[in-house]
Amino acid sequence: MNSAKAATDRAPVIRIRKLENRFGSQVVHSELDLDLHQGEILAVVGGSGSGKSVLMRSILGLLRPDSGTIEVFQNEITGTEALQQLMARHAGVLFQEGALFSSLTVLENVELPLKTRWPKLSVPLRQQLALSKLGLAGLAAATALKMPSELSGGMRKRVALARALVLEPEILFLDEPTAGLDPIGAAEFDNLLRTLQQALQFTVFMITHDLDTLYAIADRVAVIADQKIVTTASPDEVAKHSHPWIRDYFTGPRARSARQQRADTTE
Amino acid sequence: MSTTDDPKSATDLRVDPEHKERLLARGEWTLANVQSLSAEIKALAQQASQLDASEISRLDASGAMLLDKLCVQTGQDISDAGLAEQWHTLFKTVAAISEQQLPEDEAPPAWSRLLAGIGRRTVGFWQQSLLNINFLGMIVHRLGRSVLKPGRLRLTATVWHMQQTGLNAAPLLILLASLTGAVVAYLGATVLKDFGAEVFIIDLVTFAFLREFGVLLAAILLAGRTASAFCAQIGMMKTREELDAIRILGLDEIEVLVLPRLIALMIVLPLLTFIATIAGLFGGLLVAVLSLDINLATFIERMEQSVTLQHYLVGMFKAPVFAAVIALVGCLEGMRVSGSAQSVGEHTTSAVVRSLTLVIVLDGLAAIYFMEIGW
Repeated sequence: MNSAKAATDRAPVIRIRKLENRFGSQVVHSELDLDLHQGEILAVVGGSGSGKSVLMRSILGLLRPDSGTIEVFQNEITGTEALQQLMARHAGVLFQEGALFSSLTVLENVELPLKTRWPKLSVPLRQQLALSKLGLAGLAAATALKMPSELSGGMRKRVALARALVLEPEILFLDEPTAGLDPIGAAEFDNLLRTLQQALQFTVFMITHDLDTLYAIADRVAVIADQKIVTTASPDEVAKHSHPWIRDYFTGPRARSARQQRADTTE
Repeated sequence: MSTTDDPKSATDLRVDPEHKERLLARGEWTLANVQSLSAEIKALAQQASQLDASEISRLDASGAMLLDKLCVQTGQDISDAGLAEQWHTLFKTVAAISEQQLPEDEAPPAWSRLLAGIGRRTVGFWQQSLLNINFLGMIVHRLGRSVLKPGRLRLTATVWHMQQTGLNAAPLLILLASLTGAVVAYLGATVLKDFGAEVFIIDLVTFAFLREFGVLLAAILLAGRTASAFCAQIGMMKTREELDAIRILGLDEIEVLVLPRLIALMIVLPLLTFIATIAGLFGGLLVAVLSLDINLATFIERMEQSVTLQHYLVGMFKAPVFAAVIALVGCLEGMRVSGSAQSVGEHTTSAVVRSLTLVIVLDGLAAIYFMEIGW
């Protein structure tokens, strides 16, 4: 993939070096290195319990790593508070279950970041901005006044995406964006992400299990195994890697059908 | 990322000095400038029919939304507006979503809302009463079934709840009751001193704690501590579909969840009442002996004279009733939880308030009853 090569030439938005995370005696990450380049979609894959979410939480400043450095926009950031503040300014996060505030309507959920970050925005303008983000996420205005508990899983993810995008972030973090969606809904969500990423040109850090998503939208794939990033490359190159976990992952029955599907569509 | 030193001065919408009908847009059309740009659009868009967007140096989705609005209002086709090539995809994506309008929330007149409110509450009250009766009936039925077949009773769960609600609450209860006992003794002393009848504080403390305060303190503690816990536990289980899972497994949620809690509380509250009574008496005794010059022997002797079994029983009879009220209200509110975290909070509050209210109302009725029968 050309875009993967092009992306590596640009300066990394986030650069992680020698990250180490431990819970008691259990080592989650040791000597983990990873770069996120501007404008790319990076997918992080790995087995359950391999520390994908821990990695994301370390980058977002929700977790204090035991050692290692995290650079954001070429500045080394020390301390979780500084990292959290920086991420609040520059990043949007789509949590796995959406993490919508259940006591607020859909519209209020999307308005909330605007309200805290730009308190001087007038109410009608704020609503308009929120509605336009909901529209970008593929939701009609009729959903805006509903409560999150009245929505289906797919719609909730779209609301969460709208909320993550409302502050025009430069980096978007996605934790298993297609988990819990049916294949059609998952494919639609992949397309939506691709379209929005091309239009709004943000950088994506995505944790996923979904091979279809991987082949459909990821520019680069980073594989976590044995407490570190084993390899980062385009999906096709990673699939050829000899690491046992990667082999199992890419040659399992689901992988074959995902590759087959892609071959069919490109023909 | 990098912003110019003073973005405000460079970002605006103004009338082209050479062409009155044309507007010039320039600078960073981004979320940070949306408020001022929106005001300028409102002021200028009406008079113009053309737009030059060639000097827009940065555009994000929020700015694109405004730009789209401006294009619609001026009637300018964006492809002729000179917008830099790199922003075209973004603009098209944003412009593709039709303008979103919030559905109008037409408010009915006040009198109709008032009537609707009364109606809703009446129907709600009726439905709630039916639910309560239904719930109570199911409990009685399951309780009867467990008595006939004691094997169905979940002993481990019951004992676990006894530990949670009883044993773990005991230290706090002892502290509260003994302090209350001391306070009652002091209070009695200040009033009775004027009559030289300080010795009667012994009667006051024993009567108060045997008949009322022992059971009431224990029940209030449980209403605050346990009714809320029951409600939150069952409520969270309901939001996570655990109740449905219980039913699908062929189990009965009343038997699995409610009965152990109910039975545990009905065993535990009398025990706690006893503990609270003793602790209260001890608190009173401490005050009497240490600061009121009543010696220990007098205290014991006086207590023996005034206490008869029936005073003790008046307190004890109430304990299982209060326990049932607290357990049932807590569990019932838990079953009513729906969906959101807010709902869990609302019902937990309601569980505590309702069980407390019911306990105190019942206690008042019981006081009148026992007075009438001369106990």
